[in-house]
Amino acid sequence: MAPLLRVSELQTHYFSFGGTRVVKAVEGVSFTLCEGETIGLVGESGCGKTTTCLSIVGLLPSAARIVSGRVEFAGEELTQKRPREMRRIRGRQIAMILQDPMASLNPLFSIYTQVAEPAYYHQAIRGRSLRRRVEELLRAVRIPSPAARMREYPHQMSGGMRQRVVGAIAMAGGPKLIIADEPTTNLDVTIQAQYLEVLKDIQQQSGVALIFVTHNLGIVAKMCDKMAVMYAGKIVEQGPVRDLFREAKHPYTQALLGSMPKLGSKEPLFAIPGQPPNLACPPAGCAFHPRCAHALPRCAMQQPRDRSIGPDWTAKCWLVDQQTEEQYAHAVA
Amino acid sequence: MPTPLLELDNLQKYFPVSTGALWRRKIGWVKAVDGVDLAIHPRETLGLIGESGCGKTTTSKLILLQEPPSAGTIRYDGEDVSNLEGAELMRYRREVQVVFQDPYSSLSPRMRVGDIIAEPLEIHTDFAREARAQRVAEVLELVGLQPEVARLFPHEFSGGQRQRIAIARALATDTRLIVLDEPVSALDVSIRAQIMNQLEHLQETLGVSYLFIGHDLATVAHISHRIAVMYLGQIVELAESLELCAKPLHPYTQALFTAALPSHPDQRHEKLKITGEVPSALDPPSGCRFHPRCPHAMPHCAREAPVRKEIAPRHAVACHLY
Repeated sequence: MAPLLRVSELQTHYFSFGGTRVVKAVEGVSFTLCEGETIGLVGESGCGKTTTCLSIVGLLPSAARIVSGRVEFAGEELTQKRPREMRRIRGRQIAMILQDPMASLNPLFSIYTQVAEPAYYHQAIRGRSLRRRVEELLRAVRIPSPAARMREYPHQMSGGMRQRVVGAIAMAGGPKLIIADEPTTNLDVTIQAQYLEVLKDIQQQSGVALIFVTHNLGIVAKMCDKMAVMYAGKIVEQGPVRDLFREAKHPYTQALLGSMPKLGSKEPLFAIPGQPPNLACPPAGCAFHPRCAHALPRCAMQQPRDRSIGPDWTAKCWLVDQQTEEQYAHAVA
Repeated sequence: MPTPLLELDNLQKYFPVSTGALWRRKIGWVKAVDGVDLAIHPRETLGLIGESGCGKTTTSKLILLQEPPSAGTIRYDGEDVSNLEGAELMRYRREVQVVFQDPYSSLSPRMRVGDIIAEPLEIHTDFAREARAQRVAEVLELVGLQPEVARLFPHEFSGGQRQRIAIARALATDTRLIVLDEPVSALDVSIRAQIMNQLEHLQETLGVSYLFIGHDLATVAHISHRIAVMYLGQIVELAESLELCAKPLHPYTQALFTAALPSHPDQRHEKLKITGEVPSALDPPSGCRFHPRCPHAMPHCAREAPVRKEIAPRHAVACHLY
């Protein structure tokens, strides 16, 4: 089956001071996503997760530019599209859920107007059937008494409800892909759990593909089929969630998993020393080597390449290269 | 049983709600904290967990004497703090410190790190300038920063380092209790573990007590010795951390555990049984405050408020089921 979304060798840089200062926010990101699949894009703040998503939907700020790489969505190349063409894709084919529901809803329009808008423009639904459609959408995100609530305004709803409305808006255009950028960071735990279940239900009913941007590995464990771990603008390891949680190969993935507190266990946490690098002057070689416990001499000099570990499972690390070489030497001997 | 360092006894804080532009009239009270009993022992970490609006932060403000309680008492070393005055009050303020959630807004951008940490020393000690600088260097080293950073400004640090500075400031005086109000939730995952390990290490070496306020169950359970679960201004369950993880009794605590994110994809998920959201503290439900959301609610839950009682040794719960 052809993937729904194929991002290959995407490079997005930020230019400032008249192009004299370049921040390489995304440096060669590749991944694929099939219909109905969920990928978790994991990493710390400033690692390029959000820039990757904004590059896909073509909503980059003016200082940023896609330098090279391709974004193929349903067989179409998106990076070369004109703004007019992108507008017909955003909302209709690809929708986005942002972190802060208060900032992504307009306080001056009723819930009905905001949920109806994508359905009106992208699906050309009018009149009474539009009202029915909005009611259906609000019911799908489990808003109680949708017919009454859709006359309300965002300030009359709680944070969890607002985020559900944003989910309904995302679904309104009938998209094939939803990009959710840290959708639950501002929500309480029980509200977060309810919201994640709503998203899962929506996905099962409509078969939409999801990109989940998060720094919370628990959400990835709960929601995703695949995960891609980003560090300093690169995907350092990606593969099926189960495999990565069981035996991650990249030291950064291992460290992230080790730094996660587990319920009912008081084992000391693994702390990654140091800070994430500044992307304006990233370290030479592998960007993680100054913080890596297993760094080899060549880690500081050469950038590691993607190595295949299993089906759909790759990692960028010299240790993996070394292990495969040893195994190969062993097999030959 | 040793005397607790800090003891809260039936602590209450009601905020008046008024309406009207010209003739303000009171229309009710928000019962932010409504009868909280807690004790924090020396060298102990007490975790306080609950959703937003449950009164965690109001409790911490009451402890820090930023708000006077409406009723109830806070005892520190066996002494009621509402009567503290002068030197005694200064001693309390010196020994009970706080670290806030957001290290970007809790450090003044106009002061050098050294001055930020020295400020409590200026107020509370008669150290000469050299002695103060000496102490600043000491606490910076305690939290894992170089003493030379005292010359720098907060904007030159990352979030995790800033949180270390905030911890250093809280440790500068002879601190015995630190109120940690969600100290890691604004930090990146890899930095979170650093700060938590640092806090645990500091407790071992200095013997301070912590009140660790948070909403992430796994984080709070990891660092705390005992955990108090708060819902709408009341403590619904109080138990040792591992005991609580193994056997949550209150339906709300059970819901929090179900809602907690798995640490492995193969971990079995249960469907969350509770629905709806935390009701407004302005008009809390009658009887047990959790009954409208509770899957096990019985008729008398709506009428009678349950009393917290000890079910197992050192495991207390306020629920009619037990």
